[in-house]
Amino acid sequence: MHFVTGSLNFGKKALIEPMSAGHQVELQSLFGDYVLDRAFDEMREGNGDVRAHYRALAETLAGLQPEELQRRKQSADLSFLNQGITFTVYGRDEGTERIFPYDLLPRLITSAEWDRIERGLTQRITALNLFLRDVYSDAKILNDKIIPRDLVYSCKHYRRQMRGLQVPRNVYIAVVGSDLLRLDSGEFVVLEDNLRVPSGVSYMLTNRRVMKRTFPQMFSSYGVRPIEHYPQLLLATLRSLAPEGRPEPNIVLLTPGVFNSAYFEHTYLARQMGIDLVEGRDLVTHDNVVYMRTTDGLKRVDVIYRRVDDDFSDPLVFRADSSLGCPGLFNAYRAGNVTVSNAFGTGLADDKAVYAYVPRMIKYYLDEDPILPNVETYLLSEEKDRKHALANLDKLVVKAVGESGGYGMLIGPQSTAHQREEFARQIEANPRNYIAQPTLAFSRAPCLIGDQLEPRHVDLRPYVLFGDKINIVPGGLTRVALEKGSLVVNSSQGGGSKDTWVLE
Amino acid sequence: MLSRVADSLYWMSRYLERAENTVRQLDVTMTLMLDSGGVNAEERWSRMVAALGNPEGLDWDGDLDSMARKLIFDSLCTSSVTYCINGARENARQVREEISTEQWQRLNRLYHQIHSPMAQTQFSSSISDVLLTTLDGIHLFQGVGDTTMIHGQGWQFIRLGRHLERAYATATMLEVYQPELFHSPGGEATGHQYLELVGLLRCCTAFEAYCQVYTADVAADRILEFVLLNRDFPHAIRYCVDSIRTAIQDIEHTGGRRSPVELNASVGRLHAMLGFTTIREVLDGDPAAFLHRIRQQCLAIHELIYRYYVQYSIQSALAA
Repeated sequence: MHFVTGSLNFGKKALIEPMSAGHQVELQSLFGDYVLDRAFDEMREGNGDVRAHYRALAETLAGLQPEELQRRKQSADLSFLNQGITFTVYGRDEGTERIFPYDLLPRLITSAEWDRIERGLTQRITALNLFLRDVYSDAKILNDKIIPRDLVYSCKHYRRQMRGLQVPRNVYIAVVGSDLLRLDSGEFVVLEDNLRVPSGVSYMLTNRRVMKRTFPQMFSSYGVRPIEHYPQLLLATLRSLAPEGRPEPNIVLLTPGVFNSAYFEHTYLARQMGIDLVEGRDLVTHDNVVYMRTTDGLKRVDVIYRRVDDDFSDPLVFRADSSLGCPGLFNAYRAGNVTVSNAFGTGLADDKAVYAYVPRMIKYYLDEDPILPNVETYLLSEEKDRKHALANLDKLVVKAVGESGGYGMLIGPQSTAHQREEFARQIEANPRNYIAQPTLAFSRAPCLIGDQLEPRHVDLRPYVLFGDKINIVPGGLTRVALEKGSLVVNSSQGGGSKDTWVLE
Repeated sequence: MLSRVADSLYWMSRYLERAENTVRQLDVTMTLMLDSGGVNAEERWSRMVAALGNPEGLDWDGDLDSMARKLIFDSLCTSSVTYCINGARENARQVREEISTEQWQRLNRLYHQIHSPMAQTQFSSSISDVLLTTLDGIHLFQGVGDTTMIHGQGWQFIRLGRHLERAYATATMLEVYQPELFHSPGGEATGHQYLELVGLLRCCTAFEAYCQVYTADVAADRILEFVLLNRDFPHAIRYCVDSIRTAIQDIEHTGGRRSPVELNASVGRLHAMLGFTTIREVLDGDPAAFLHRIRQQCLAIHELIYRYYVQYSIQSALAA
């Protein structure tokens, strides 16, 4: 493959060589109604030029017949269906199992951009982990009045049971998936941190596998940094957190079971790591030791990679009506006989109101300025912020602080007056439960819609592993709001995904 | 291996074996209906239903097409092929990490196949095509399983499920068909009798194998001998019991902390019963009772598998 030199123009301006006349027609028709406006476009500059690192992709697309592009798309889709790569949608009784929508075109990230993301996330996760350790021990940051005490103790994910408990290597958050957006300035910002049970990493890995088969030549000519070793890194991370004196730890993945929306991912990761996938009913505790039921009797469990929420993990300590967890698990954990990752109570640090204080945490613990900034956030428990937000509900995005997956959210500009009234009422009733942020014009990347390229909003969720050190595989899951104009990228709300290529 | 996982693999395998048995019996029954031969359609249908273990909701309604459609596609009917394939896939989905990707893809494809509108169209044009496609799917799954899955405990539980289901189903079928086999007049089989006997063999895919051992000279006592006592034919009950026995031995060897004493005894008894009995002894005694005893033993083995590997008490396990 040859790379195009010089600038390429699309839209009304004429194409400059070296593309052949045939290619011009192809690209023109591919781009069709491609909208460029204030939002940052991953592929094209404001004047329509294709960005340098996207040129080889544009070339490849221009060189393909529409039928060939469709054929590759179908073969990729079929590959997802046959692999049973599906997720479950809540709130519908029929056909709850669906294929995860997948866009054929990769999202490209340059090595300079990635470098900044990597440093920024490392800094942020280090600070967040220090925060959790601090809050669950001496609470210095609260005593120094950097973060309001009320805010922490009123968080529904704060676990008083974690007070004074020593966790292995002081690592609370071993597996993190933070959501980044790119603003119109081209700068990446952190939208939220997922510190409980972040999901989606299996899609990152399967997308890559399908992509390599779909565009083998383009892939190899681009020089993409590999991500395939993620399961091995995860296993090493979990092993590094094993309780002392267990040199050959038995590591398991705890899943809520087959009805969980991320069940495919749980099975995928367990298989890729070669560890047992257990459900709560497979586990028993005796004398503060956790065992699993095997065909050969009971076998001791040392490390649990937990994909079950705090609430459902141990009915003796958390929600008593849960049958998903293992009674006695928390006591075994407290006794130091088993490591549970992520630790309990980490949701405190990804509370959307606590989020607003992360830049201050970074300053407090590391004495550094944040490399990746936050999105401007209004805390609705503060009267001034609340007044402003209530007066501007039609311009803001309102989120419930403890929710994830795109549930419990109001997008002002796309909402009805009735929805806004409803949210205003809920905010007045429980202001601590909500935050507001400006509606962001975050970046768009080209997607194959029908047989044309159209820009759709994308975010980026890199996956961070924290064991004896912090590891981030270069890339992550790019989620796409596949509906035109939509700003919601969650798979439960009509989002899809793309492979993410970090270039050498 | 996790008890729950062993349980799911065992049932995945049993469900598929059950689907295969249903498909084959339906295929043979429908072929036999083409030749009138004295037995009417209703009688034949009820006999097949009895041979399938008398599942509910399959009473003859006079229309073979709708009956066959029900037995293949009705996902609410607990003995239908679709129900069994759903069950197998659901179990496989719960142990997705234990089976190979190739296995899962085969099973997933089989599942999508039987649920596709194409299968309905195919049914309208040729029922036997649907049956053959389904059989192919099941065979591919089994073959892929044998070649891609590690032959450890999980595979042994699959083997256990397959052969226990097969032994039980074959014994049930022989029990239903044997009165007629032996109450037909002796001597050379007539054309219709011949078809019946061959049909019985084909229900266990045993016709060609039978011919290799006894030539095409089909006779009721030899058929019984072959399907019951042959050591080398995979659908013969004795072969199935031998496989169950070695599967349990292998499971014991890979684990090795506990010896399933009663289970070994129970399987050993059945093994001896089939290995050291001649067909003369069976026929001179009470063949129906003999077959019935095999079924009872299969049920007992199933119970014991559960007691040793799946549903043991924690106290007993901690004491061990």
